[in-house]
Amino acid sequence: MRHALVLGIAAALAAAPWPQAAAQAPDPTAAEFDKFREKMEETNPAELFEAKGEELWRARRGPKNASLEQCDLGLGPGVVKGAYAQMPRYFADVDRVMDAEARIVHCMVALQGFKYEDLAKQPFSNATRTPDPVSITTYVAAQSGGMKLAAPQNHPKERATYEAGKAIFFYRAGAFDFSCASCHGEDGQRIRTQPLPNFTKPDQAIRAAQGWPGYRMTGGVMHTLQWRMNDCFRQQRFPEPAYASETLSALLAYLTVNANGHVYRGPGIKR
Amino acid sequence: MRLASAGLLAGAALALLTSCAMQPRDHRPEALAMMKRDFHARGIAGMDRLNEDAVQAACNKYGDNPPRDVAENLQKAQVATIKWPADGKLLGDWKAGERIAQNGRGMSWSDKGGVGGSCYNCHQIGPGESSFGTIGPSLYRFGKLRGYGADMQRYAYGKIYNAKAYNLCSQMPRMGHVGALTEQQMKDLTALLMDPASPVNQ
Repeated sequence: MRHALVLGIAAALAAAPWPQAAAQAPDPTAAEFDKFREKMEETNPAELFEAKGEELWRARRGPKNASLEQCDLGLGPGVVKGAYAQMPRYFADVDRVMDAEARIVHCMVALQGFKYEDLAKQPFSNATRTPDPVSITTYVAAQSGGMKLAAPQNHPKERATYEAGKAIFFYRAGAFDFSCASCHGEDGQRIRTQPLPNFTKPDQAIRAAQGWPGYRMTGGVMHTLQWRMNDCFRQQRFPEPAYASETLSALLAYLTVNANGHVYRGPGIKR
Repeated sequence: MRLASAGLLAGAALALLTSCAMQPRDHRPEALAMMKRDFHARGIAGMDRLNEDAVQAACNKYGDNPPRDVAENLQKAQVATIKWPADGKLLGDWKAGERIAQNGRGMSWSDKGGVGGSCYNCHQIGPGESSFGTIGPSLYRFGKLRGYGADMQRYAYGKIYNAKAYNLCSQMPRMGHVGALTEQQMKDLTALLMDPASPVNQ
């Protein structure tokens, strides 16, 4: 009897390979890069953008000659510490959920008098130019380093936005029939040698937030999640999402809420 | 008796209410409306790309797992879309095929149109390339393992042309159907997989 049981278990073990272990077998290239990244993070160039962002946050600028110190990132006007880890969130003054950069852009428009159209014209960094919202977002993000992600799901619009983000994540369309989930919906997959986190799982969803804003060694530029989402949609062969739009806040709400409870380590470094 | 039936009725009403409340709401319509507000055409990536075709609609509706009859009908229609080469030849030049498989560009707003096949993004193919993705199955020794017959050639070409003709909710793009690859490019890729001289089959 006992033998039969042991044999049965042994047979079951033999029949079922360890999918978990197989999926997480260390990828030598990825492991090598992780080591490299740890070294690089000791002197992360992101700090330069963080310092620039803090300067921009405090400076009186724009047509209204105002600073951003009255900007409410969700924890009250001017409170920056911990705000990034608790976004996207609902903001009553605009009656929508906003991610960090969308909120910063809103404040630059509402408080300083900048025009959204101008900020949205060239919103991403290149070799010669880092847009102000990128630096400011890097500063704000750094003030949540070491804190647990806690994007709220209290307001009905926060819950509805999460659901909309989830629907966007799984929506297949376009020339290649891709959705976000085509690449990020299963464990242990890669594009070429690039490992793809499964964002439907909390322990992997943290990788959507971790390292962003990030200093990208390819090209040596600072990028935020707004850029990451934009370039994912390009590769998804979709049309282009508007900068700081509701769609991107919804998608970021889905990704962040999935990662809630995991520690955000602050601006990072990317391949 | 009356009390009991009133109780039953209340119970039934409560059950109905609860089941309504439990019914998950479909958030796709509002999500799509949001996307249509927020996206704009750029380059070759027009706004029409946000609209589902029949295959995408079924895969979205059923979470990539449509009922058998739905899948079979749609698959038949997809098979009918495949344009077979007029000269009847399916094998091109495997060397050109390797270059097409390596090229990951095409069909995005930063491209002018179709360019490469993006094959290595998701598949292991030739033994000389160790930088390959794993979303699709390994194609290494494709012909050697499956045989070099006419049916297998047809399958390889047809799958590249329209992957959804064989597996409705496959993650693989329909390279011929959407015009991402030309007939000659698909012949070259078929040769990469099916030519006994291709490094894939060594």
